Parts: sequence; C-alpha cells; structure tokens
Amino acid sequence: MERKKTKSRREFINSSMRFGMVLALGGVGGLAFRKSTGDQWVWQVDPFKCSWCGRCATHCVLNPSAVKCVHAYELCGYCDLCGGYLIPGHSDRSTAAENQLCPTAAIERKFIEEPYYEYKINEDLCIGCAKCAEGCSAFGNGSLHLQIMHHICVNCNECAIARVCPSDAIKRVKGSDPYLMKGDFTADGGET
Amino acid sequence: MKLSTLILPLLLLLATAVTEETYGQQRFPAPEFESGYEYPDVSTPEPRALSLEYGDVIVLMGFLLITSWVVIKKRSRRWILWMSVGALLYFGFWREGCICAVGSGQNMALSLSDPAYMVSYTVIAFFILPLIFSLSYGRVFCASACPLGVIQDLVIVKPVKVPVWVQKSLGMFPFVYLALALLYAATGTDFIICRYDPFVGIFRMGAEFHLIVLGISFLLIGMFVARPYCRFVCPYGALLKVTSMFSKRHLSITPNQCIQCKLCAGSCPFGAIDKPTPDKLVKEIKGRTGKFLLYAAIIPLLMLIGGFALSSSHVFLAKAHPDVYLAHLLIDEPEVMDDPDNLDVQTFLGSDRTMDELVESAEEIQASFYTGAWLTGGFIGLVAGFFLISQYIVRRRADYEPNRGDCYSCGRCIKYCPVQK
Ligand code: SF4
Ligand code: SF4
Ligand code: SF4
Ligand code: SF4
Repeated sequence: MERKKTKSRREFINSSMRFGMVLALGGVGGLAFRKSTGDQWVWQVDPFKCSWCGRCATHCVLNPSAVKCVHAYELCGYCDLCGGYLIPGHSDRSTAAENQLCPTAAIERKFIEEPYYEYKINEDLCIGCAKCAEGCSAFGNGSLHLQIMHHICVNCNECAIARVCPSDAIKRVKGSDPYLMKGDFTADGGET
Repeated sequence: MKLSTLILPLLLLLATAVTEETYGQQRFPAPEFESGYEYPDVSTPEPRALSLEYGDVIVLMGFLLITSWVVIKKRSRRWILWMSVGALLYFGFWREGCICAVGSGQNMALSLSDPAYMVSYTVIAFFILPLIFSLSYGRVFCASACPLGVIQDLVIVKPVKVPVWVQKSLGMFPFVYLALALLYAATGTDFIICRYDPFVGIFRMGAEFHLIVLGISFLLIGMFVARPYCRFVCPYGALLKVTSMFSKRHLSITPNQCIQCKLCAGSCPFGAIDKPTPDKLVKEIKGRTGKFLLYAAIIPLLMLIGGFALSSSHVFLAKAHPDVYLAHLLIDEPEVMDDPDNLDVQTFLGSDRTMDELVESAEEIQASFYTGAWLTGGFIGLVAGFFLISQYIVRRRADYEPNRGDCYSCGRCIKYCPVQK
C-alpha cells in the first residue's frame, strides 16, 4: 500500500517536471524561433576592414587556409610595377622569384598589351597570407584582397580566424550572399 | 545662365567623390584595353547548399527515431552498435563534426543576447530535437547519434569502475562548463565548446597540435574510463541528463520482471546501473529529512555565494574578450605600444579607432559580464545545492535499473539479463 503511494507520488513529480521542461524547451525554442532565419550563416572577410596581418594563413583550422586572395579585376590598374606582385625596392626589374612578394609564387603575371599586365591568383598555391593584398593596397588600387572560399571552408560554428583577427574583419554573412568582393559593395556595407 | 549648367558639374563632382570614397585608393585608373581584353571571371564557389543542411536535420531525426525504437522495442545492442557506426561516419567523418548539437546551445544563447545575430532553423532543430527525445525516451542521442559520444563508445576496451563519489563530484563539471560556455557565447566572446572540442580534429583529420593531443588522450583514457568526455565534460550532456531523468519512457535492462539475479550489476561500463535500495538505507532516510530540509534551505545562500564569487571575478572572465583584453593591456602596460611585434596593439594603433572608443566598448562588455557572472554563479550554486540534497534523497528501488540521468542507452546491459519475455 505504502509502496503504491510512493510510486504514484514519484510519477506525479516526474510528469510535472517533464511538463515543466517541455514548457521551458518550448519557450527557449520559441524565443529563438522568433529571431531566426531560414538562411544559413557562413564566414567572410570584410576586405575594407582587413589589415593584412597574416593570421588568415596561420589560424584557419585547415592547412592550407580556406582564405585565398581574389582579384577584383575591374579595380586593378594592370600596372607593370605591381605593388602586390613585386617586393618594394626590388633590385632590378626582373620578375624572378626572389623579387616576388608572394611566398608561394601564386600570382601569375601575364602581358596583355602595352603597358598592361594581368595578375591572376593560382588558388591552389595561395595560402592566404595577405602579403600581396597589403602591397596592392599600399602602392596600388587595392584590387587584390582576401576572401574565404566556400568550397574549401568547412564553415566552423565559430571561425578560428574570426577569434584572432585584430581588425575584427571576419564576420558572419548570409549563405545566400556569401562573398564580400571589392567592387560589389562599399566600405560601409552598401551595395553598389 | 541656366540652372543645369551649374548643377551638372556639381553632380559630376559628387559622382567622382562618391567613387573615390567607394574604392579608397583608386590610384591608377582602370585601363581602356584596345586588344579586346575581357576581365576574367572570378570564381565564387557557393557554400554547401541549404537543402543539404535541412537534409542533416532529417538524418538526425531518422537516427533519433530508429534509435528510440531499438532502445524501447527492439532491445538490441547490435542494432545500436551499427547505428553508432553510421552516426560516426555521417556526423563525424562526413560532416566533420559540424554542426553538432553539443555546440548549438551557444548559438541559441548568442541569438537571444545579440540583436544582430539570428539563429538558423537547422541550429534550433539540432538543439531541440535531442532534448525532446531525451524527455521521451532517454539519452538516445548519446547512444547513437552524437559523433563525440559514439567515437568514445567504440574505443571502450576494459572499463574500470570509477568510485561513486568521484563519478558524482566530477559529474558536476559539465554544469559549470555549460554555464561558462553560455556566458561566453551570450557576451559574444567565444564559443569555448567548439574551441575545445577534442574530437573535431580527429574528424577533420587535422587540427592544431594541442587539440590532436587532447583528442587522442581522451580516446586513450576512454579505453579504460568509458566515455570520459560524456561523463565528466560534455555540457550538452548536462542538459540531456536532467531531461532524461524525467523521461517518459526509458530503456530497461530486463524485458519483463527483474529477478534480482545481479547478473547485470557490473555490466555497465559507465557505472549507470542502480542497485535495489537496501532496507537498512530505507530506514535511514526517514531520519534524514531534517538534513534534507536544511540543505534545501541553504540553496539560495549557495546561489548567492556562487553569484558573488563569480561576479567579483568578472573582469578576469571578461579578459577573454579581445576588446577588454586590449584595453587592459594598453592601460596597464602602455609600453606595449612601442612593441612592433605585438600585432593586436599595432593594428589597433593603426586603425581609426580611438582609445576612448575601445575603453567604452570594453566597459560595456565588462558590464554584461558582471550581470552574466551573477546568473552563471547563481546557476552553479543551484547545481551544487541540488548535488548536496541529492545525497539525501534515496529512491526506493526494488530492482536493478539503469540510472536515467547517467544511462546512455547503449544497450550493453540488455544481454546480461536471463529473463525471457
Ligand atoms: S586575420 Fe583579419 S586582418 Fe589578418 S589577414 Fe585575416 S582578415 Fe585580414
Ligand atoms: S570557418 Fe573554419 S575553415 Fe572557414 S576560414 Fe574560418 S577557420 Fe577556416
Ligand atoms: S601573397 Fe599570400 S595572399 Fe597573396 S597570392 Fe600569395 S599566398 Fe595568396
Ligand atoms: S544501456 Fe545504460 S545502463 Fe545499460 S550498459 Fe548502457 S549505459 Fe549502462
């Protein structure tokens, strides 16, 4: 008899606790749902904030990094003396490897027409070190810049680079609009 | 003079100003090519399709449904084993451990605190589904859907028995970890659960050195102390534990009536099987009501102490946030400004952010840490209180039963029971 009583009391406590937890779960879920999106989030570099510190190459969970240099060709001056391609103050005008900024020689230079040269990034070689982007911004038009390439990036819940980026340049963007290419938008975030 | 002659140059001026503003340093004009050169395409590969993300939710749902059925109806260890191998391959090695339910609580916390962050439907589903199933059928998620759990489950070789008091006391850590993780996530500081996830490096087959070491040590320890991460670390496990404690149904060791043969007693690698309560103890409990009430009464005090202790170290906690860290560094040791190798300092000095802005932001973050630390500390006090009074609640149990909070529904004990249907 007494056992039966404790049993039903235990069941009562259990079901009321369960009910309370369902309510709590529903509450949290509902609150989150009110501010939710059907889109997904991915990480991207804001090229206007990036200060070319080099951590993109070293702090991505992937090796080599999912961050690569991209070229906004419409902004490029197609200069012969490219600030992103050649080490400043290089000894002669040869484009030998020791005169190149890129540590992996990932930038391919191609003659287009006098006096213009095209600079193209070989994505397989690029490690995302931002040296070229820094040089291009210092001496050129800033058309070379970093982006997280989404076919490589594993979309960590918290990007390992975002945590250490000194310029707070890595942010979540909507998966439906996953790139922040220079030329496509302006520094204050507006679309061009 | 017409108005338009005045306005046109003005407009032009404005337009050039705007473009200059836009690109900052258009030092060299874009060339006008004569050779018919066209700009190459810049490839911008799409991220993983949204439909695949929803697919993940369906896969998770499938795993939870089938496991629940196996645990409650089919009662087969072998099924659970194969399901867990499947989960390891899909959520572990294929999806590379992301997104996972264990970290999803942080996204929920961030979305509740940060007005700019909206959590995606997938994350809500990953957070809620395992808990709902836990309320209904116990920790079926741990059994064979959680990649972190199953990788540990599959390496168990010779589990040793952990003394009950060690197991119980260490079992409090997940609650502390959970509370801190939510604090750090809600303040937008860091996602510590993801950062210190010991297994994600193994799933991705590559990570920082110390993470690989951590993962391998967890697996090595896990050969003898079964599921060490689940039992003593996993913050989501804390939530699953309390929900499972009150689950509607649960795996049972015996298919029928326990005959107290004790055969299953040592079969659980996680020490999750409760023995029948000895009569002596039942008598003792009666005399313990006073202690129980006493401890129940001091819970508010414990919460206050916890909140006070943690809130008085809120500055220390807040230093994990880069802004707070930098502001303190610059104020306490101004000489770092001359250190050319300190990248964070140099970047800050080179940016157009002023010291006042930095300090203001740091103060705001510290203030939210102060509030958050009170809540976190209070919560930890509450957990400690429950831990204390749980010593004085002894449920009258006639049979050998899985402990609903601690049992992972792995199904190992089932085959030890000699009773037939
Ligand atoms: S870590 Fe930030 S500042 Fe450094 S290169 Fe990457 S985006 Fe630029
Ligand atoms: S989200 Fe992860 S994989 Fe992608 S860039 Fe950041 S660290 Fe690398
Ligand atoms: S300099 Fe660095 S970022 Fe630029 S192409 Fe080379 S590796 Fe990539
Ligand atoms: S089903 Fe639960 S009680 Fe049984 S062996 Fe597995 S964890 Fe232990």
